[in-house]
Amino acid sequence: MKLYLKMLILSLLAVLSGACKDPVHEMTLENGLKVIVQEDHRSPVVVSQIWYKIGAIDEPEGLTGISHVLEHMMFKGTKRYGPGEFSRIIAENGGRENAFTGSDYTAYFQQLEKSRLPIAFELEADRMHNLVLREQDFQKERDVVIEERRLRTEDSPQSLTYEKFMTTAYSVHPYKDPIIGWMKDLEALELADLKEWYGKWYAPNNATLVVVGDVLPREVFALAEKYFGEIKPRAVQKRNLPIEPAQTEPRYSEVSVPAEIPYLLLGYHVPNASSDKNDWKTPALTILAGVLDGGTSSRFTRDIVRGQQLATSVGADYSSVARAPTLFLFDGTPARGHTVSELEQAIYQQIEKVKTSLVDEDELDRVKAQVVAGDVFGRDSVFYQAMRIGQLETVGLDHRLLKDYVKRLQSVTAEQVREVAREYLVKTNLTRTVLNPLPINKKSANAAGKGGGHGAH
Amino acid sequence: MGLIKQLMGLCLVFGWSSWAEATPKIEYWELENGVGVYFVSSHDLPIVQIKLVVDAGSARDPIDMKGLASMTAGMLEEGTQKRNAQEIATAFESLGVEFGASVNQDMAVLGIRSLSDTRYLTPAMDVFKEVLMQPSFPGPSLEREKQRTLVVLKQREQSPGDIADRVFNQLVYGDHPYASEPIGDAVSVRAMTPEALEKFYRQFYVGSNTKMTIVGDLTTSKARRLAVTLVGDLPKGEKAPAIIPVEMPKKSIQRHISFPSTQSHIQLGQPGVIRNDPDYFPLFVGNYILGGGGLVSRLAEEIREKQGLAYSVYSYFSPLKERGLFTMGMQTRESQRDKALLLLQKELQQFIDKGPTEAELVAAKKHLTGGFPLRIDSNKSISGYLTVIGFYDLPLTYLDEFNDRIESVTVEQIKDAFRRRLQPDKMIIVTVGDGRK
Repeated sequence: MKLYLKMLILSLLAVLSGACKDPVHEMTLENGLKVIVQEDHRSPVVVSQIWYKIGAIDEPEGLTGISHVLEHMMFKGTKRYGPGEFSRIIAENGGRENAFTGSDYTAYFQQLEKSRLPIAFELEADRMHNLVLREQDFQKERDVVIEERRLRTEDSPQSLTYEKFMTTAYSVHPYKDPIIGWMKDLEALELADLKEWYGKWYAPNNATLVVVGDVLPREVFALAEKYFGEIKPRAVQKRNLPIEPAQTEPRYSEVSVPAEIPYLLLGYHVPNASSDKNDWKTPALTILAGVLDGGTSSRFTRDIVRGQQLATSVGADYSSVARAPTLFLFDGTPARGHTVSELEQAIYQQIEKVKTSLVDEDELDRVKAQVVAGDVFGRDSVFYQAMRIGQLETVGLDHRLLKDYVKRLQSVTAEQVREVAREYLVKTNLTRTVLNPLPINKKSANAAGKGGGHGAH
Repeated sequence: MGLIKQLMGLCLVFGWSSWAEATPKIEYWELENGVGVYFVSSHDLPIVQIKLVVDAGSARDPIDMKGLASMTAGMLEEGTQKRNAQEIATAFESLGVEFGASVNQDMAVLGIRSLSDTRYLTPAMDVFKEVLMQPSFPGPSLEREKQRTLVVLKQREQSPGDIADRVFNQLVYGDHPYASEPIGDAVSVRAMTPEALEKFYRQFYVGSNTKMTIVGDLTTSKARRLAVTLVGDLPKGEKAPAIIPVEMPKKSIQRHISFPSTQSHIQLGQPGVIRNDPDYFPLFVGNYILGGGGLVSRLAEEIREKQGLAYSVYSYFSPLKERGLFTMGMQTRESQRDKALLLLQKELQQFIDKGPTEAELVAAKKHLTGGFPLRIDSNKSISGYLTVIGFYDLPLTYLDEFNDRIESVTVEQIKDAFRRRLQPDKMIIVTVGDGRK
């Protein structure tokens, strides 16, 4: 059986290299804008994404959420185009568009039939340096973002728990603050802050343009030069992110809000790709997450969900693609008749097991088979391909790493998986946050009474 | 419909024609046991995506066992005559194969995605076939899944949005099978037995109730062999009876649920359209203008952009075999709830009275036709269309004709369709919130 699986992995790799025939091209304009193009000629479509190296991680105390509010304001018009024009033009060209803000970046994208790429470039280049920020637009948009925060966080017990968890896990590093920002910061935000933020970070030399689709690299480069080339570079401030001090004892917190179902979050500080000096620890952590929670054959499903029947859901998660060291996460909800603490103990037992005994070869091979196939499946989406390139570049890694991504995971050994578990999944490095449900008063009557301030924290 | 005609339509609107060759060629054949097979060959990637689309959605739930359809589909991977759940999962995942099962009101969809090399595809098909043909519905697994479902049901009760969805659906559909959520309710879930699942499975998972879609790196002859191998042994069985038509509400109902959230969720609507509805395209294009088109719809413009009342505001028709929902909705802080509801009602009334402007229609058409290539730009999206085409018996030329159908819609047709199909004075209105005391 083991031998068979080994052969399978090798041949999967062969499949992969066959599928990998479209190379990635890149160039940098004189103003510092990096342009990366991946050809994918399966369909006459193109996706264009611009990634700014500015995100929640860069926000000072008191200005949390400003990157995300500015992302919203980027649709409010420029000297040339009025509010909403951007979206109208993309829509009339059959396009889809949106934007997203993360801890590490702010990104904007358009997906279009391929001949419309110049339209997206023209508009995106325009708002990189000509944005007009008006007070009346800002007032309304801030309200929209506040509603967004209510929707995603205030009224979601699990989101509130995650927010609390992050403030517990980090003491000084800005990963502790939510991407959408604290409510009081959103309420205190001013237009002048946004103007400053825009002026400081929206520059060609602080951005990466990623284009994937049925295009020719030299044509895309020429278009990029034509539309983005005229934008002046700016001095972009060097970021000095505070370094999170090494954790020396476990941290615990809890959230008590009206809810029906308890929820458990555990996290351990681990390296990201660029802080992984040995270069094998982050792949080993990725494989470890797969052993525990990769698919329904994984240990968590096998042992905790099907075997002990302690959880309705339990997961492990890790991503090395981040600008700063990150967390290896566990989360779960206990099964009926079981407690959070039983589930918590079950997770610790699983952690103990990977520390004391080596992962089986066929378990390891199964995780790797999923990685290899998943990588091929990912090629079915131009958007996903662009995402992967943009994320890597923006966190300071090289997109060429993608070439070796599968190989790096492939080379992880059972001993390495055991070693990273032993090194990082230790109690002194643990953060635990629990959601304790309070009763929900639900009435079908049309009770009056206006909801006042929110006191969930 | 001819490619030439489509090309002309496009040239008129945009002056672009370079991509008109791109509509996928759908091959169709039927197996002896009645399974209709839809196949699109695509050799760009070494991937095959296969779906079985079974007329076994929650509308088929027995009246006293809501959620049975969903549980039956979910339990297929929990055990066969030969393998237990762990062995099934291990078999799929050792091959890098993704397996999934999902259920909505109309259909159960079982699918896998695999690398196309026969070294993976062939063994994957063996397991898939076993899951489909020889499920054992083991009692202990069912018991566990029932407990899990009860937790999920409870979890939904801590989300104002989920509560709004549930109550809205119940009020819109009353006694109709679409009234219950696919997952069922706490009472019905407890009542489920392996025998009930087995019976449901025997009745509905049959050839004459099943369509199969294949997209990917196969030749037609290989696809034909694969179809026979996978579903050729399904008994022909009997086609599920027609679902009873949905009645339109006789009067407006307004229901408020007091809930301790910081926002109020608002939903209003009625039964909308069927998938083969003659009014489908006018309503689809009209709704894009009203509340379907992201940031550029009327609702987004009036409620989000001009007033900052909500992050998300929308309207949509979700067509089913019988009338699926027409829904308008948003979430806003409690103090703005009444104002927001009035605004939604006003926008709908205005749209019904006056329809869209000519300029709005032109813009909508440009978007919908110009964006057509994006609808079919991956195996996954083509597979999604085949599922709909197969299940609802849409013509094989559906994708070829899509842009023409959009182009032919007029302002008058939209106005007429909205006026006939929606009654603003008989809307079902649900609000959830206001309870943070």
